[in-house]
Amino acid sequence: MDFAKLFELIIAASLINNFVFTRFLGLCIFFGVSKKMETAIGMSITFTSVMMISAALSWLIFNFIMVPLGITFLKIIIFIGVVAGFVQASDTIMRKVSPGLYYKLGIYLALISTNCIILAVPLINAGEHYSFIESLAFALGSGIGFALALIIMASIREKLELANIPGPLKGTPIAFIVTGLIALAFTGFSGLIKI
Amino acid sequence: MAQTGAVDYLGLIKNGIFKENTIFKLALSLCPSIAVTNNLRNGVLMGVAVLFVQVMVNITISVMRNFIHPRIRLPIFMLVISGWVTVTDMSMAAFAPEAYKQMGLYIQLIVAFASILARAEMFASKNKIVPSMFDGVGMGLGFLSALTIISFFREILGKGSLWGFPVIHAKPLLIMVLPAGGFFAVGILMGFFNWIGMRNNKGH
Repeated sequence: MDFAKLFELIIAASLINNFVFTRFLGLCIFFGVSKKMETAIGMSITFTSVMMISAALSWLIFNFIMVPLGITFLKIIIFIGVVAGFVQASDTIMRKVSPGLYYKLGIYLALISTNCIILAVPLINAGEHYSFIESLAFALGSGIGFALALIIMASIREKLELANIPGPLKGTPIAFIVTGLIALAFTGFSGLIKI
Repeated sequence: MAQTGAVDYLGLIKNGIFKENTIFKLALSLCPSIAVTNNLRNGVLMGVAVLFVQVMVNITISVMRNFIHPRIRLPIFMLVISGWVTVTDMSMAAFAPEAYKQMGLYIQLIVAFASILARAEMFASKNKIVPSMFDGVGMGLGFLSALTIISFFREILGKGSLWGFPVIHAKPLLIMVLPAGGFFAVGILMGFFNWIGMRNNKGH
């Protein structure tokens, strides 16, 4: 396996094509969870692990079941089933096996199934015909990118609570403008690696 | 579930456009509001796609509402939504291949829209077919108008054109078509609508 290519994929997915700042996915969760540092970190950990496992599962189903049967046009229905089913299953298993971890991260699991990134990664993997290892690398990179975005945003928003902001802009509107500024900074990464 | 008297259809539509506007008031389904709005044509196409899916999902759920067991309703709603999204996805790929190349991924991700699921759960599963249809039309039109406003400003400021035709012959503000400009546009417009809301409340 070509490690240089995998490394490139991870960097590209996390920095250059960062899901939040250049592809605008997962914004609902991004604005909802980034109010406190603690929740942002919990969400990032849960999110990255769920993302990698669901990307692996959907890759296996896509290449070993859907391609041979010629039903790739059903990929939206099947992937959302896989992701929702997996999230539900891990919720139940985690509650039984390690209640301590469940109390810490359980609430984020329920939120994840409504995140569009978790569905976008399998769809992009299928569209780009990535190999199994490449799909995993892409999922890891996307997870890191989302975590990075969430943590940057959470640390800014904690300070923003104390700032003096004009009334109509309070809350979500100012969060949007701040995100715009961060996105502008992330534009600087474009052209770092060409794939 | 019986309804008494005439249903206020106009009220249902107005509710979707103004009071519960998906993007500006509820701040839901934000991903496409920035991703596809760098020109007016894509914004309007996306809005029409969402309008279609919302109306069809509401009608389908409303037809089947007496046969769905409440405990498994969410998976069934998801199946109905993804079915209609697949229909939209494939017809877009066939009839508008050029636009589809730019926004295909976002069309497929209509599945994950919280707003569509929320209307199916809150309205269509409790109401008759015709009111559900009007509710879907209202919510869809609200989304369509929000996307139209955002993409109108972004295209006219960022490229100096509308629907691809040049309008302003001056050096455009490139930042408005960049990803960052989308966030600015939505943030400022949201603040603007909040401001109008606050002013109206003061008057009462």
